Amino acid sequence: MKMLALENISRTFANGSAGFKNVSLEAEKGEVIGVLGTSGCGKSTLLRVLSGLDQEYTGHVKVNGNAIKSVHKDIGIIFQEPRLMPWLTALENIAFGLKGAAKKQKQAEEFTNLVGLAGFEGHYPKDLSGGMAQRVSIARSLITKPEILLLDEPFSALDAFTKMQLQDLLLSIWKQYQTTMVLVTHDIDEALYLCDRIIILRGQPGEVYKELTVQQPRPRSRGDAELARQKEEILSFLNLNKTSQEDHYEKSNTPAK
Amino acid sequence: MSGKEEVLSRQISVKSKVRVQMPRKLRGILLGSAIPAVLLVVWQYLSHIGVFESHLMPAPTAVFDKLAEMVNDGSLYGHVGITLYRIFFGFVIGVSAAVVLGALVGYAKTAEHLLDPLIQAFRAIPSLAWVPLFILWMGIAEPSKITLIAVGVFFPVYLNIVSGIQGVDRKLIEVGKIYNFSDFELIKRIILPASLPSFLVGIRSGLGLGWMFVVAAELMGASKGVGYLLVVGQNTYSPDLVIASIVLIAILGKTSDSLLKKLEDRALHWQDSIGKKA
Ligand SMILES: Nc1ncnc2c1ncn2[C@@H]1O[C@H](COP(=O)(O)OP(=O)(O)OP(=O)(O)O)[C@@H](O)[C@H]1O
Ligand SMILES: [Mg+2]
Repeated sequence: MKMLALENISRTFANGSAGFKNVSLEAEKGEVIGVLGTSGCGKSTLLRVLSGLDQEYTGHVKVNGNAIKSVHKDIGIIFQEPRLMPWLTALENIAFGLKGAAKKQKQAEEFTNLVGLAGFEGHYPKDLSGGMAQRVSIARSLITKPEILLLDEPFSALDAFTKMQLQDLLLSIWKQYQTTMVLVTHDIDEALYLCDRIIILRGQPGEVYKELTVQQPRPRSRGDAELARQKEEILSFLNLNKTSQEDHYEKSNTPAK
Repeated sequence: MSGKEEVLSRQISVKSKVRVQMPRKLRGILLGSAIPAVLLVVWQYLSHIGVFESHLMPAPTAVFDKLAEMVNDGSLYGHVGITLYRIFFGFVIGVSAAVVLGALVGYAKTAEHLLDPLIQAFRAIPSLAWVPLFILWMGIAEPSKITLIAVGVFFPVYLNIVSGIQGVDRKLIEVGKIYNFSDFELIKRIILPASLPSFLVGIRSGLGLGWMFVVAAELMGASKGVGYLLVVGQNTYSPDLVIASIVLIAILGKTSDSLLKKLEDRALHWQDSIGKKA
């Protein structure tokens, strides 16, 4: 049985001119799926639907074969911004989603160490750097042990170096927990470095335009020649068959290489 | 030669650092009291040379003597006590009502549509306009005064709670929703702490209005209290008593506000803003 299955999901706004439509997708346990697409093609909307925050969609979302229609304890999400509670310390933020006081402290400490924040437990969000705050938010979503993790451009606001560190952190977590992940990103390199499969959305509303598999075994080298070739391919997908209007649109929105 | 200069400049910088760091609190107090102190001296001097006539504007020493006299014969405590009693209960009642209604209106859309227009309409009435009605209903004793104070305290607290709750970042609420929080948990763990800053602002301005209304209530009919002392001062032609009462109100108001400020600083230490030292 598939860990996660989307059956013909649509969620549109503004009389069907925005959002996404007819997205079908299946993910095995432990698979990492990347979602690429130009700005505004409904990637964030897709994750909001999967997380259960947005319930006004058509189609079915199935987790382990069971259709779900609201937030689900097996699905966690990491937002683009850390979204930490400013009145809680790093440790308390990490423990935020845990129910019941028993073992809370110990688990929170364990996850603090996992994301490499030992020594910063008592810091408030205002005293954390952007990368540290995003680590806290990663730990917060992992601590409830979700089987499926949704990530909405989780590293896009970080500098290149921190970004690479956190990508590797994510991979080590994936190795340890075999979490199924859906990663929305603007960064083609990031998708190629992390994902088993990449879905390309295009259009307004967005539809699945291409799907490609990344065969390279992990850990991958960031400078790998095969990955570079696939990057070319993806770039051409994102630019192919465009109308003149889209041309203009994409020039201003495709992330600079 | 250049080495010497370096040593010198370093010494200077060390010196200036020490000077800024050491008495931060003390320095604040000194700076804050500098202008009042100068004004006091000028006032005293002008009274001394007769520019201020003593039957209209007595010297600071005369005012102080008056305060000391009231302390010594014990009458001061009764007046201050009853005023504090009134403002305390008025404040507590006003804040409680504001918390309940504000939370309801801020959180539930239906409650907002039902209640907010009405409350806003009442807010447009100057609170003092209620006085005759309160006196007719409750007589001239404590209940009418306390009610007036409560009404005065209610509005700033209510407004701040509502805007605080409605201003809570939807993104933080979504985090709670992801963990399947119940409404109660959402309120307790996200909405209340997130709206605490604006709640505390409301409480402080509520207390300020509370002082205004306690004096107003006591001016209008009381046989005891700091506001009553003002009336007595006016009727007996003793400006020293009037000014002494004003000073008293200033001291009490400032003290109670500082207490709230301290509470605020303690409750909001997590806030990242200017005016907070790192
Ligand atoms: N609640 C909403 N009401 C109306 N329109 C919406 C809503 N949410 C999203 N949209 C519209 O849907 C479209 C897709 O938005 P979405 O945020 O999913 O894009 P995205 O692919 O994540 O873009 P980006 O890469 O810039 O984050 C946008 O045109 C947006 O204006
Ligand atoms: Mg987005």
